[in-house]
Amino acid sequence: MENNQNIIELKHISRTFEDGFRAVSDFNLEVKRGEFVTFLGPSGCGKTTTLRMIAGFDMPTEGEILLNGQDISKLPPNKRPINTVFQRYALFPHMNIFENIAFGLKLKKMPREEIKKKVKKVLELVDLEGFEKRSVSTLSGGQQQRVAIARALVNEPEILLLDEPLGALDLKMRKEMQIELKAMHDELGITFIYVTHDQEEALTMSDKIVVMSEGKIQQIGTPEDIYNEPQNAFVADFIGESNIFNGIMTGTMQARFAGGHFQCVDDVPEGTQITAVVRPEDIELTAPEQGQIRGKVISVIFKGIHYEITVQSGRYEVVIQSTKSAEVGSVVGMKVEPDGIHIMIAENNTNVFPVDMNRNHRLEFNGTELDTSLTQLIKGSRRNEEHELLDENGEVIDPEKIHIIASIEPQDIRMTDDVDDEQVLIEGTISNLIYKGDHYSYVINTDLGQDFIVDDEYLWNMDDRVGLILPLDKMRFQVKK
Amino acid sequence: MSRKIVRIAVPVLVLLFLYVPILILALYSFTDATQIGAIRSFTLKNYVTLFSTEELRSMIVGTILLALGAALLATILGTLGAIGSFYSRKRTSSAIATVNQIPVINADVVTGFSLCILLVVVFGVSKDSYIPLVVGHVTLCAPFVYLSVIPKLKQMDSSLYEAAMDLGATPAQALFRVVIPQILGGMVSGFSLAVTLSLDDYFIATYTKPATFDTISTYVVNATRGSQTDIKTALWALSTLIFVLVIVIVGVMNFNSGRAQKKEAEKA
Repeated sequence: MENNQNIIELKHISRTFEDGFRAVSDFNLEVKRGEFVTFLGPSGCGKTTTLRMIAGFDMPTEGEILLNGQDISKLPPNKRPINTVFQRYALFPHMNIFENIAFGLKLKKMPREEIKKKVKKVLELVDLEGFEKRSVSTLSGGQQQRVAIARALVNEPEILLLDEPLGALDLKMRKEMQIELKAMHDELGITFIYVTHDQEEALTMSDKIVVMSEGKIQQIGTPEDIYNEPQNAFVADFIGESNIFNGIMTGTMQARFAGGHFQCVDDVPEGTQITAVVRPEDIELTAPEQGQIRGKVISVIFKGIHYEITVQSGRYEVVIQSTKSAEVGSVVGMKVEPDGIHIMIAENNTNVFPVDMNRNHRLEFNGTELDTSLTQLIKGSRRNEEHELLDENGEVIDPEKIHIIASIEPQDIRMTDDVDDEQVLIEGTISNLIYKGDHYSYVINTDLGQDFIVDDEYLWNMDDRVGLILPLDKMRFQVKK
Repeated sequence: MSRKIVRIAVPVLVLLFLYVPILILALYSFTDATQIGAIRSFTLKNYVTLFSTEELRSMIVGTILLALGAALLATILGTLGAIGSFYSRKRTSSAIATVNQIPVINADVVTGFSLCILLVVVFGVSKDSYIPLVVGHVTLCAPFVYLSVIPKLKQMDSSLYEAAMDLGATPAQALFRVVIPQILGGMVSGFSLAVTLSLDDYFIATYTKPATFDTISTYVVNATRGSQTDIKTALWALSTLIFVLVIVIVGVMNFNSGRAQKKEAEKA
């Protein structure tokens, strides 16, 4: 069989739960035979749900899963040549190690002698020779993990799925197992699909990383691609440490951000709004007059192999990793080489949402009337004696037939924890936050299901319940034709 | 000092209150007295009567067979119900849990009487068949089996079933080879509870049993009203035997669970 053939393809996979929660939406992925693919994302991003759909424990509500070109999305798990290593191992406590590993082979009615041989071989592979007679409860976490891997591998699956398999191990054990897993993958040539929220684990082990957030793929690429060329602010923030700034292109390969001018290597047209990503290790501390920007050191933390230095430059905070220390309170310059800057075209973060016209012919959003002039918004309209709205032909406008769209910029929305405040138009929960040098960018999941993006200079916590205040004078309205 | 006396005296009094009646009965079962009163001589006559009277023997055997049969059926039904409820959606499963509580709390008289009406009057099941009695006892016992199996399911790692499927087991194989062994403890204690409940029951049996059949409870009630003194005193012997048997079973169970706990402690 050709080596570059896709072993598994996920096409437009979506999973919506009964309560309407969309865990995965429009997921597309091709995995080549023998690849080590990692799904990486914060908890609740849909990575485990996707893995469960590949294993067959969950069925996609839309889309299809092709294994060697054949649709398997309706096949039960026991009919798929795919095995899983579970997060909490899921070893059968009433069986000893031999019986656990032989479970799958016995179901296949393999002769007893052959089973014995295979179990012995796979136990050697995971370094647990002679453990056949031991009971599950006498094993340490790391040993149980190895048994779980052995139990899956002994069936010679085409694909091995691993659901955060190292999550329950201590740091040292985890590092060892990372190396061993990678070695096993190279030795066996089986396709691995690995789920983790640990970015370091993903970068160390994978051939290909799929970064996920809120059920959607944010980026697919090699570890180098993901680290050096993140496609959006989420990926940049999630993978490694980063300084993220909003800025603008001021010329060919020239950008202005964080209060300075920088040469860069990305060719983006002049005047484009951008998001610049600078890794802390790419910033060099210099004498104040030699830097592209300068600032005052506000904290220095020793991290073992480097110092983490935070510098306040104007209203921006810049994090730097350096092997040389700096003195708190001193003024320093900061220099970034062109290839240390990654430029992304800024996402348009303007919040756009529909508003209704109610029976009184007034604008309404989430049950609150908005005191704004509709006669100015709708050309040629006027109100009659009953305060009904008439269009340019003098006919009463039907509220059902007119669609009005409101928009507001992220920095114009205010957040409050007093959700009973009269000014609060809508409530929601903070589902994401990214630090952008001089402010935080928040994603708020509102109760209407719409996400709002809000910029705020203060730090709020994930999952905080907040009320959003949308000042009327900052909102723009538009009639949708 | 007086505190110490109270601390010992209260439990002793409570235990005496609980066990003296049974001990008196046990004592009298070894005498030839026809009623509780003066003891003239000790004898095993009551035990001989108990095992030589055909009527008594068949009544005891019948009661035990009924208890075992009803407990077996109740264990199967209760376990199936628990597994079904455990893997159902939250709303369904809490509905099942609520419905399951009703026979537990409901008075046995109501259960027995209503079952009698349903089966005999509505469905026309013969009053001489054992069906109403068995159905009645299964209804009595199954909810308790459900209650003792559910905690075992909740303790079980929920991915075990998926792991079995993942390794190639069909749903039935996964159930019998992985899930059932995990909840076997709950099923066994549910079964023993069911046996005890069935042996204990009086009300459901009186309403649902065929006229020619008696369980120990219904027989005892009838016999104490009757005038056959040798049967009445033989029942003292029966009570004593049941009491001894229960003590032996409880002792063995405690010994076993103590050993299991020790084993657990050693592992940890």
